[in-house]
Amino acid sequence: MRRVVVTGLGAVSALGIGVPAFWERLTAGQSGVRRITAFDPTGYIAQAAAEVPGFSTEDYFEETERELLDRFTQFAIVATREACAQSGFEVAEDERDRVGVAIGSGMGGVVTQDDGYRKLYGKGMTRAHPFTIPRVMNNAPAAHISMRQHLRGPALSIATACAASAHAIGEAAEMIRAGRADAMIAGGAEAPIVPGVVRCWEAMRVLAPMADDPAQTCRPFSRDRLGMVLGEGAGIVILESWERASARGADILAELAGYAATADAEHITQPGTQAPSRAITLALQQGGLAPTDIDYVNAHGTATRLNDSTETTIIKRVFGDHARRLPVSSTKALHGHAMGASAALEFIATVLAIRHGVIPPTANYSAPDPECDLDYVPNEARSTPVRAAISNSFAFGGLNAVVALKAV
Amino acid sequence: MIPVHAPREDVVADALEQQVIDIIAKKRKLDPATVTLDSTFEQLGVDSLDAADLLFTFEDTFSIVVPDQAAQSMRSVRDVVDGLRKVLADRPAGAP
Repeated sequence: MRRVVVTGLGAVSALGIGVPAFWERLTAGQSGVRRITAFDPTGYIAQAAAEVPGFSTEDYFEETERELLDRFTQFAIVATREACAQSGFEVAEDERDRVGVAIGSGMGGVVTQDDGYRKLYGKGMTRAHPFTIPRVMNNAPAAHISMRQHLRGPALSIATACAASAHAIGEAAEMIRAGRADAMIAGGAEAPIVPGVVRCWEAMRVLAPMADDPAQTCRPFSRDRLGMVLGEGAGIVILESWERASARGADILAELAGYAATADAEHITQPGTQAPSRAITLALQQGGLAPTDIDYVNAHGTATRLNDSTETTIIKRVFGDHARRLPVSSTKALHGHAMGASAALEFIATVLAIRHGVIPPTANYSAPDPECDLDYVPNEARSTPVRAAISNSFAFGGLNAVVALKAV
Repeated sequence: MIPVHAPREDVVADALEQQVIDIIAKKRKLDPATVTLDSTFEQLGVDSLDAADLLFTFEDTFSIVVPDQAAQSMRSVRDVVDGLRKVLADRPAGAP
């Protein structure tokens, strides 16, 4: 089996456009959560969200391009441009059949869908705009990235809700390992901050009501946590076989050493403990890593009561005594839960933690919860060598994905 | 002979032709002077998705519904104008 490495990163998130802004605000503990501006949230329970600030579509796309691109696809393309540029990633004509794309998204183009439904149901229009389907479809980012980069290898979209981009990155790595591709552009994108979607999430009773200071709404692992905060954005990474990256002299940021996917097969929303534990164990095994080799866990950490206590149990089960010394943080307090983009943004945070020897904090942590009794790196980033780390993603439906990253 | 008002149908037809040409030119970012009745979709670079978008604009502009069968046979500006004229003529009295 071939080794897979990470050579490029691109991020669009509530922390800004670009990886430098993402990492700077992440390590400074500056939250991108604010009162919703995409629409007037007056009367909503969840009035706060992690919106991408200052994203002017005309800065990135011509008018004729914009017509075909929902916001989530625009995020994916902008993040891809950054990842390719940062990596110096170029694909020669004779390589194009062996380079592919895998992009996760939970819901697809819901900005377009919400707007279309408003016109059909609200305004009584009888025709939807003919670009609605190409904009809404979940595979739009994968398609547009393959077209723009002229990549003709395997291209797919993965829709495993909150774990979509972890599965996308993991499965992309598996394709490289198996020799079906030499490089992959992988990640996830989501733009769910529209009235219809926010109302549906409110109905699940898992969204936190906006705090007096909106930036403090999301409080993972803290005793006073009240739920998750929706976010938006895209995270895109360049994965290459070790051979390809070395041959071109690429700056290798980390090795994607292990990946595993498991299913709880239990409940449509309530998280289990056995299958997620097994996903972590399998990812470590594939990476040839012992539990004690792991210096950092980037948690799923949604800040719901159930997720955070369950995830704590899972980490203790897998890591045993090492769990007491193992820093665990959730960066969702800062970039929100960007659904299908979340795992990719967290993957990027994990790569950078290894790269810089800095663990981003769990922001808004105010008091320990007896059910969450690990080291959550509260409120302040921590400088410490990170040899290897994992990033957890546990989706509704009990679909789990864990990636293990290693310093090179 | 002193010219009298042209028959109303011609005025409507001319206006319709010009409106169709203007819409196509705007959508395709072309100089309207370069678009004629004989221009084909192929010559104008209008692919199947662009055609669907144009039809949507025509329906919206003229408050009509163009049946799919009629839409599928439109391959040129003349096809469009003829097709739209027929739909407009068949419109029930009192329709917008």
